[in-house]
Parts: sequence; C-alpha cells; structure tokens
Amino acid sequence: MISGGQESRIPEGLWVRCGSCKEIIYRKEVVRNQNVCPKCGFHFRISARERLALLFNGPWTEFDRGLVSSDPLRFVDTKPYAARLKHGRARTNSCDALISALGEMGGMRAIIASMEYAFIGGSMGVVVGEKVARAVEKAAHERLPLIVVSCSGGARMMEGALSLMQMAKISAALAHLDEAGVPFISVLTDPTTGGVTASYAMLGDLNIAEPNALIGFAGPRVIEQTIRQKLPPGFQRSEFLLDHGMIDLIVDRRDLKATLICCLKYFLG
Amino acid sequence: MAEWDFEAPLKKLIEQSNELAQYPGDPDKERELIRLRRELEERRREIFSNLTPWQTTMVARHPNRPYSLDYVQALFTEFTELHGDRRFADDPAIVCGFALYAGRPVAVIGHQKGRDMKQKIYRNFGCPKPEGYRKALRVMRIAEKFRRPIITFVDTPGAYPGIDAEERGQAEAIAFNLREMSRLRTPIIVNVTGEGGSGGALAIAVGDRVNMLEHSIYSVISPEGCASILWRDAREAERAAFAMKITANDLKRLGVVDEIVSEPVGGAHLDHETTFRNVDAVIAKQMKTLASLRPEALVAERYRKFRNMGRLGQEFIQEDVASDAVIDERV
Repeated sequence: MISGGQESRIPEGLWVRCGSCKEIIYRKEVVRNQNVCPKCGFHFRISARERLALLFNGPWTEFDRGLVSSDPLRFVDTKPYAARLKHGRARTNSCDALISALGEMGGMRAIIASMEYAFIGGSMGVVVGEKVARAVEKAAHERLPLIVVSCSGGARMMEGALSLMQMAKISAALAHLDEAGVPFISVLTDPTTGGVTASYAMLGDLNIAEPNALIGFAGPRVIEQTIRQKLPPGFQRSEFLLDHGMIDLIVDRRDLKATLICCLKYFLG
Repeated sequence: MAEWDFEAPLKKLIEQSNELAQYPGDPDKERELIRLRRELEERRREIFSNLTPWQTTMVARHPNRPYSLDYVQALFTEFTELHGDRRFADDPAIVCGFALYAGRPVAVIGHQKGRDMKQKIYRNFGCPKPEGYRKALRVMRIAEKFRRPIITFVDTPGAYPGIDAEERGQAEAIAFNLREMSRLRTPIIVNVTGEGGSGGALAIAVGDRVNMLEHSIYSVISPEGCASILWRDAREAERAAFAMKITANDLKRLGVVDEIVSEPVGGAHLDHETTFRNVDAVIAKQMKTLASLRPEALVAERYRKFRNMGRLGQEFIQEDVASDAVIDERV
C-alpha cells in the first residue's frame, strides 16, 4: 500500500555506489558479502530467490508457483493492473510477489515464504494471501517451522477489499499454527509497512528485523501529511522498533541464517 | 434539504413543497402537497439507487449519519461503557461496553466519531490508536469468557497515522486483534455503518456475519489515499473510489459482505429511526441463527469464511505451471 524505504536494490554495473556511505565498491564484493555494503554495513534489498538461496542449504521446493491473480476488479489506474502484473512477471520470473518453499537449514526442514519487492512493491493481493495461508496450513499439517520474510509496501490497492481480507485470512491461519505449537518466525526487511505489518509480520513467535529497515503501519509520508511536522530521524527504523518493544532482535543479514537456526533449535531441539 | 450536487434535481421540488406548506390549508393545496412530496420521494429514490461510488463515499461520511453511540442508545438498554486497555490509556475513538440487546446481555464495540469540532477532536475523528484496539479486544475477551455475543459497529477513516500510534505498535495491535478475533468462542456480528477504513476497520470486523449499510463504504485504503499513490493526485479520488469497488453491492458480490442493510430514501442521516429499525431486524435474525451454533462450529465456520476470501477460480487462477518445482539457485 505504501511505498518507501531507502535506495533499493544493488544497481547494475561493475562498480556500485553504496546509497548510504557513498563509497564506490566492486560489485562482486558486495554480492559476495550477501548484498551488504562491506564498508558501512548498509543492507541492499535482495530478491525473494536470493533470500531463499541465502537461508536454505541446497535446493528447495517451491509451492503454488502457478497461482495467478485473475484481476478480480478489472482495475485500471494510470495503467491497467493486468499490465502491471505482466510487467511484474517478466521482471521477477514469478507469478506474484511471494515465493513459498520447503528446504533444509541447519539440518532441519523448514518452510520459508519470501516476499518479492520487485513485483508491484511486494504488495499483498489475493495470490500472496493464498500462498501465505497455504504455507501456514502446510507448516501446521506437517509440523514444520515457518519463516516468513517480509518485504512489502502493504496490501495491494488494485485488488481492493479482497487484499484487505487477506490480512484476516492469514491471521486466522496463524491462530491455527499457534494452537498446533509450531514455530513461526517473522523476518522484517526494508520495507515492511501497511497491511503486511498489521497482520502476519507482527505475529511471529519471534519478530526479527534486518538493521535500519523501514517498518511501520502508516508510511512516513502519510504521517507527515497528517501531523504536518517533520518526523524524527530514525523514526520507524528497526532500531526504533526495538527501542519501543515491537521486535525481538535486530540481526545483520550475514548472521541471519545462523540466528534462525539457533532459534529453531531452541523451539524444536 | 439538498446538500450535494447530485441532489440538485431535487432542489426545486423541495423549495416548492416548502413554500406551499406555508399557505393556509385547503383541500387543493393538501392534494398538491402530497403530489409534490411523492414526486420528491420518487426522484430521491431514483438518485440514491444510482449513486456513484464517490457519491456513496460522501453519504457514508455525512456528519448526521448515526454513529456507534446512536445505535447503542437506540438498539440496546442498560449500556455500561468500559474504558481503557489496562496498558496505556483509554481511547475515545473506540467505545466498548456491555448492554442488553432484546433483553440479552451482549458486548458492544464501535468506532466513535464526533459531530461538533470539540467532539471530533476528542474522538480523534474516529481514528483509533493502539490502545483503542487493545481495549476492544480486552472487552471482547470478557464477552467470550461469559459467553456473550459481540456486536460491532464499524465507522472509521482508518487507524490513526501518527508518531505516538506507531511508537505504541499500531500494526501489532491490529494484527493481534485479527488473529484473536478469528478464534473467539462467541458469536460476532459486524456492522459497517459508515466508513470501513482499511486495517483500522478490520481490526474490529472479523465476524461471523458482516453487514454493510446500503450507502456505507469498505476499502483497503481511502479513495484519496489510493489516488495520491496511484495517480499521484488526491483529486483523482473519484476515479479511485470507482476502481477499488468499495460499495456494499460490490463487496457483497465479491463475498466480503454477507448482508446489505437498506437505508431510508436519501440516506441514513435523513431518518435515524428507520435506519435503526433496519439494522435491528438484521441483527435480531443473525443473533438467532448464531445462538444455535456450538462454539466449536462457530469458530470453524468463521475460519472457513475468511479462509475463502479469494477463492480459486474466482479471484485467482491456478496456471498450468509445474507447481512444485525443485529450484537450485546456489551462488
């Protein structure tokens, strides 16, 4: 729903300029460093598949790859939603803004649902809602831990109230997972806002954030317009949320996998 | 009274009938007055049965529309308002309490807007903060404990987008309500009476039955908000309202809403009594149906209802892609 966040993906080219420290760095070095700036630790945004490759040991099995939005409202703004979907598919090689998959990490099987910001801002429509709900149900049924990595502007406006209802749908599914005693870890990355934050991203047994990620309900611009004053520096960043008791911990991407394995072992070992 | 541009065709009829009403009574005049009023009603009915989504939005926001406390006063007795979330504060943008509905104890939860400027500010224009949602859930849990049905009234522009609300976890408060409402072991009847503003509305709207007043709206973002993001111009709100399918008819068709409650001709603000009667009739019927269900069946049925939001073959399709593919993208 809300766009925002810092300079996004690592740009193309042999050399890249870090959006944060402005240093010019050899591209391969950034990639080798899990898309974290080796100079200042700035976290570049990564794709859903890059995320899965980072967290799983070896190959993974993707679920529900063929789910496609039917454009239920025949929505048109400055261009048709159908065209935006097509563009998103071409750009990401996925049918929508989330990949759910089963793989192995640290000797444990786990389900990871990973959001794709390059697909209409990682927004949540019916397909994302359905894929998360199915991932949750599968986790409950097979008693496999669930990790959802959020990277999203929120609910997708082009599917109207149906997008809104996905918040209730997924949260209800998470109530079942909770009752089944199966762990759910929410990983919040830059940005996680709107209806995604206000549903599953905040409902983890653990909520873990990457450093300096924009996390909130309302987007900063909306808040500024409402209260008509400048927002304090660091507002709605991971460190701000940690200070206010909203997340359990902030973990550098390079330590994320080890931390997740450690937490899962605590739950399941 | 003609308030909006789209009511302009009524203006002359209203003036005529008002003028005529001032003359001394005689049979001819009375007949003419009845004719004029009937015509006015007819024209008004015609206009209001063909409102555009943007016109509906204006009606849904009318300051004389019944607000939650008006419904409380009309449909319930012995209302005891309960305050505070036991964590931080009391939020006047949400009212909660116990009351009797048709002599039966229930919990009532509703967004509350204000009418004059002082009240509007006190109620924060009906935009709740986290403590409002936490208060609502606290009262709903008491209702569950004592097996009292819950009736909610939804009418908010949205959850408050402010620094303090973010600091105290607006997103977490809404998310938590969504999850917990889905498993409350007591009947929940939701009535969208004005503006169903996004997550701020949904946080008290996960119910066994979701009703919408004829001229209310329910949407993922306000038309203005949608317009300013997608069209980069809030003045395109009219287009956004149309595109997002925010009216009761659209949402019934999409399976988001169970029942549309009809409004008096010209909108709920013109005739509160009729509005109350119509809402009352629907709630009474649904209370009876839901009372016969065991808590397990109720919760299972509610889960199915929301799980089905976005059904295969309707809102999404399954393309013939090798569905479960093994991917190896190690770098």
